[in-house]
Amino acid sequence: MDLATFVQLFVNGLGKGAVYALLALGFVIIFKATEVVNFAHGSLVLVGGYVVYALKDTLGWPAAALVGIVSAALAGLILERGLLANARSADHNSLALLTIGVDVIITEEIVRRVGADIPFIGDPYDSQPIQLAGVTIFRTQAIALVVGAVLITAFFLAFRFSNWGVAMRAQAENKEAAALMGIRSSRVTATAWLVAGALAGVAVLFMATQDFSGAGLGRGTHAIALIAFPAAILGGLDSTAGAIVGGLIVGVTEALTSANVDFLPFLGPEFSKSAVFLVMLVVLVIRPSGLFGTKELSRV
Amino acid sequence: MSEVVSEKVGSPPAAPPAEPRATASRPRRNRIKIAATAVLVLFLVLLPILVGSEVAYLKVAQYILIGAVGGIGLTLLVGQAGQLSLAHPFFLLVGAVSYAVLAGDPEESDDLVGLGLPPLLALVGAIVICGLIGLAFAPVAGRLRGIYLGVASLSLVFLGLWLGQSLEAFTGGTSSGRTPPTFELFGFPFSNAEPSPTLFGVAIEKQQRLWYLFLVLAAISYLLARGAVNSRIGRSWRAVRDNEAAATAMGVNVTRVKAGAFVISSAFAGLAGVMTALWLDLVKPDENEFTGSYSLTVSIAFLAIVIIGGLGSVPGAVVGAAVVFGLQQFFLLGANEFGWFADAEFGGLNAVVLSAFVYGAAVVLVVLFEPGGAAAVGRRLVARLSPSDIPSAPRGGRSTPGSEPERNDDDPTA
Repeated sequence: MDLATFVQLFVNGLGKGAVYALLALGFVIIFKATEVVNFAHGSLVLVGGYVVYALKDTLGWPAAALVGIVSAALAGLILERGLLANARSADHNSLALLTIGVDVIITEEIVRRVGADIPFIGDPYDSQPIQLAGVTIFRTQAIALVVGAVLITAFFLAFRFSNWGVAMRAQAENKEAAALMGIRSSRVTATAWLVAGALAGVAVLFMATQDFSGAGLGRGTHAIALIAFPAAILGGLDSTAGAIVGGLIVGVTEALTSANVDFLPFLGPEFSKSAVFLVMLVVLVIRPSGLFGTKELSRV
Repeated sequence: MSEVVSEKVGSPPAAPPAEPRATASRPRRNRIKIAATAVLVLFLVLLPILVGSEVAYLKVAQYILIGAVGGIGLTLLVGQAGQLSLAHPFFLLVGAVSYAVLAGDPEESDDLVGLGLPPLLALVGAIVICGLIGLAFAPVAGRLRGIYLGVASLSLVFLGLWLGQSLEAFTGGTSSGRTPPTFELFGFPFSNAEPSPTLFGVAIEKQQRLWYLFLVLAAISYLLARGAVNSRIGRSWRAVRDNEAAATAMGVNVTRVKAGAFVISSAFAGLAGVMTALWLDLVKPDENEFTGSYSLTVSIAFLAIVIIGGLGSVPGAVVGAAVVFGLQQFFLLGANEFGWFADAEFGGLNAVVLSAFVYGAAVVLVVLFEPGGAAAVGRRLVARLSPSDIPSAPRGGRSTPGSEPERNDDDPTA
């Protein structure tokens, strides 16, 4: 592999990684606020994507994209307010199982609605590679990288300095104490789902494209969203910085190993997805709570 | 007749003898239990005669048994030992491929590996191989907890996808797959071989034979799992699930117990894999990770079986299998036989989608309203049938709230 190819793969991998980071950040935000692992994240992604697909011909792409992001955010909010908040008796493990049920329903419904179309929804930038000093960069990935960087920076600023961020961190630290200090737990939880849904809505704009995976909106997109799981786990489920690092590691690993197939044919076409998980396994064996996750201590 | 005698005579072998319960209604409760079990067994044994020539119904019932065997394995791991695993389809794949390789005819094809072992030996071998691979994963499983383990186990599904496509000499490849050898027991083939015996006028052909084979395999799995749950093994699983530190203090070797749970669960999944191969009459690796017999969708379906049945409940897993695997095949059957979902008004709603809606909704409802799943419902029904019994006699091990269903108890209905 010459240097130009490597740079090309690396940059495109970073672009993918930015999208994984957005998804992983969503997992982490929800997990920090509620300790619930949201298995329905993939279906939030599909909700956003489906709205864009349904509206882009009538509203035009930019407006449809905006409505899609808002819809994904609202879907997250409705899921939390409608179901999870009403299951107060259940612990967070049961709630994680509940999201599996929700995920099955939403995914099947949207896959059914999309039907055989399996549409691509990245109209303004899809399939328009940029040539830069002998290196081909997919426009989707380049824009994803920029958008991801902006959103992630904005998130960290808000997390660090805004009232919402303080409330969020307080609740993550100690829910009871935060409640006693006058922080409304229900509001923090709801906004966490809202933000996570919005991030998923942004991510899908890049996921359901030719450039990203060649898989249009459908089960393929849902499966890509699952790759964000290793990203979140790699970094540590309760670490926002870990989500970003994990996302980038996953994106770059996937891009580099998928290219390796050309000269290591025995590895086969599906190796790049396995490689992501192998990297995650190695990290987990060495650090069972991920790179930046809080170690679980047990007092005897 | 004294209490003691009737108890000794009447209690089924699976009932835990040491449980301190109100004994007053026990004989009656046992009678109900035995009667219900007898009716159920009779129904299952006579099912091929009841459905007669409508073999398609028998295929549905066979598929439920596959789900039951796999679900029992998963409920032991997730519910009893408290280890989340999404790797079940991987072990199904390994079991199916192992059976095809071990029993495969070496002369059949130049491209496929076959060792030509007797099918029974191949079946046992496939189970052992799955157990060993589960053991190989144990060092990872032992270090991780909860969702971390769940996602780590997900990697096995992707590994299976990759290996399944790469090792075509074993799996037959995604385009054609390979045909698993016919199962044979001491020279008796489970195929349409002549002469076929008849039972009440119904010829016992291939599907009827497979039904009885599956029934025996499922019954063995059920009894073994119940035995494990009610014995020292089950107690150590629950101890580890509830509190690892406390379990260690009680003298439980946590690492070994966790590894053991993974091995046993994998072995059950391997058996379900062999059954899948025989049921489909085909071993074929999936083309992608989200559709197919060994895909993420199946991971989720097995988890749904366990949740609907009640985490940790062996009978519950059978009920869950009937809901998740049974409905899907039932709707497919309706689509094929009676043309359900063919009208445009259904708007592309098909059997698979509809069954996913049903079990997805069932999972949500179970978590919201009955975290104990079908097992808890069954327990309550039994308690109502024998009102003088104390419904919640001490059963131990309910220390994690919400993961409440533990259940080494014994409801034939649940």
